[in-house]
Amino acid sequence: MTETMEVPTIAGAGTPLLEARNVTKSFGSVQALAEVDFAVHAGEVMALVGDNGAGKSTLIKCIAGIYPIDSGDVYFDGKKVSIGSPKAAADLGIEVVYQDLALCDNLDIVQNMYLGREEHDVIRRLKEPEMEARTAATMKSLAVTTIRSMRQQVASLSGGQRQSVAIGRAVMWNSKVVILDEPTAALGVAQTRQVLDLVARLSSQGLAVVIISHNLHDVFEVADRITCLRLGRNVAVFERREATQQEVVHAITAGVPTKVSGIAGTGLEEVL
Amino acid sequence: MSADATSFGEGPVNQLEGPQGNSLGEVTRRRYEAVKQGDVGTLPVILALVIIIAFFYSKNSNYLSAGNFTSMLTQMAGLTTIAIGVVFVLLLGEIDLSIGYVSGVAGVVVAEMQLPNGRFEVKYALVGIVVAVIVTALIGMLQGGFVAYIGVPSFVVTLAGYLFWQGVILQAIGNQGVIVIQSTLINNIANYFFSDKAGWIIAITAVGLFTASVLTGVVSRRRHGIHSDNLILVGLKLVGFGLVAFGAIWWANKERGFPFAALLVIILLVFWTFVAERTTFGRHVYAVGGNEEAARRAGIDTRKIKVLVFMICSGMAGLGGVILAARLNSVDLNAGGGTLLLDAIAAAVIGGTSLFGGRGRVLSALMGALVITTVASGIDLLGYSSAIKFMVTGLILLAAVTLDTISRRRLERSGR
Repeated sequence: MTETMEVPTIAGAGTPLLEARNVTKSFGSVQALAEVDFAVHAGEVMALVGDNGAGKSTLIKCIAGIYPIDSGDVYFDGKKVSIGSPKAAADLGIEVVYQDLALCDNLDIVQNMYLGREEHDVIRRLKEPEMEARTAATMKSLAVTTIRSMRQQVASLSGGQRQSVAIGRAVMWNSKVVILDEPTAALGVAQTRQVLDLVARLSSQGLAVVIISHNLHDVFEVADRITCLRLGRNVAVFERREATQQEVVHAITAGVPTKVSGIAGTGLEEVL
Repeated sequence: MSADATSFGEGPVNQLEGPQGNSLGEVTRRRYEAVKQGDVGTLPVILALVIIIAFFYSKNSNYLSAGNFTSMLTQMAGLTTIAIGVVFVLLLGEIDLSIGYVSGVAGVVVAEMQLPNGRFEVKYALVGIVVAVIVTALIGMLQGGFVAYIGVPSFVVTLAGYLFWQGVILQAIGNQGVIVIQSTLINNIANYFFSDKAGWIIAITAVGLFTASVLTGVVSRRRHGIHSDNLILVGLKLVGFGLVAFGAIWWANKERGFPFAALLVIILLVFWTFVAERTTFGRHVYAVGGNEEAARRAGIDTRKIKVLVFMICSGMAGLGGVILAARLNSVDLNAGGGTLLLDAIAAAVIGGTSLFGGRGRVLSALMGALVITTVASGIDLLGYSSAIKFMVTGLILLAAVTLDTISRRRLERSGR
């Protein structure tokens, strides 16, 4: 396995911004991830697909510092890093937008964007105008135009607008990698459109975007590459342009752990 | 790549036009839409106050006399102080049932420490007041610790406190039955009235500070390109505040003058409003009350926030207890009992603070206490019995909670 480290990645240009190699994670006797490789480049949308229990969320939580990994390495911008806490991930520039968004309904947009990281002066007085102006600027840079006032309570926003706020919060902190967990689940057609446009805009602005989704239609619309997991193992990495939905579905439901294009051999043959 | 990534949020900050407009019509429409969505603010309680005052005034014109006005101001000081603390606990979505007897404990501490030749006598009565507030804040820390770190429901923890601190008061006062407070310093908290001149100085200072604070906010927002303030409305707000401030002093000066207790309550309201709405701590209190999990994931130490809030609640109950003891010039076995607990919680809720957490303002403590006090005073004046007083207050509380529930449901429905 030592030789696999030197094998350069083929798809995507240059060093991946975020790369996980041979990540293994067990919960008691249940092995959730077995020597999984995963890489995403700056300016790229990488979809992470797989059936329930494939290990998508576990992998994300390992990268985000919520779960410690049992073995394997994580590289950020080519350097080996150890992400021990969500804060360590945030310090690197990795932000996760969870499926349940984690917004406070009773607070307005500005307050949610800055939750836990409020700008304040020496007597801990909030700098409201600064925060409001920067929130508005962030939303503008994301071309979110459907929100009337940055002082609107989140309770009064639609599902798509909430998702925009959650994504805006993730990108406001000079983040480099944004991980979206099921961003279009429970959204209507028009709102899904909004969110997918937003995802495309993020990558065009140079961010590395990871999107977890069950909806292959959405995945094929925004993703550049697709990593497919099955039962905690890598089964395939597709170039979106070269893949069909059937191939991906087949990989999700019946894929065999194997060496795949773009990602170095996982050595699963030996394990199996 | 990273240069691109950092460009987020640093784009040109242009003037926000359209949706953030500040024309009179635009501002009114925004407010109207907020009301329609269930964010009714202080509107209903102001309406209720007008109706209450008009009703009792029509029955007895003495109701609005300067004498009754100043006595209402001192009457409600203790209740408002305790209710301020309740607002914080309700913002978290928790409850504190021990505040009544915790306020009684503070009364006992103050009374014991001023007792000439008593076991706990201190030279300066002020020390007694400080100790009373510290002791009650520590009670809050203890109770809040059970809630935050062990996870015992606040309802049960503070119900236990309700019994325990009542027992402590009975034990402390014991066979004396009553402790008379002779310290003028303590009694003056509730019984000192400013001279006419001092009253005017207070009014001028208050109007000056309020104007400065409002204008600084407007200027600061404009400097950051946020033009959501309508200058006519800002002007009206300032004039309205001035009228209320000078009017209150003028009316109070016709009698004994402006009470010190009222000034104390105003200072407390301003201070705690600042804490709740302008500081990171306050923001985190609202966040924990709105969505505890979201707050936790945002890196907020939710348990610390909870303990601090219970300390604020108990500490303010303690201060309120000192004011109540000063008003009676004594502490007896009933200290902190009666309807005090329910009145304080009712005041916060009637004033518009949600029982479900996350919504409300410190000012609602004042608004609710005003409603309760004006009703109580009116019913006393007309010579009705306590029975009527309880029934009316109960109905008002029911109306307030119903309104809260309905507006919450509207808020949840809108926009989705």
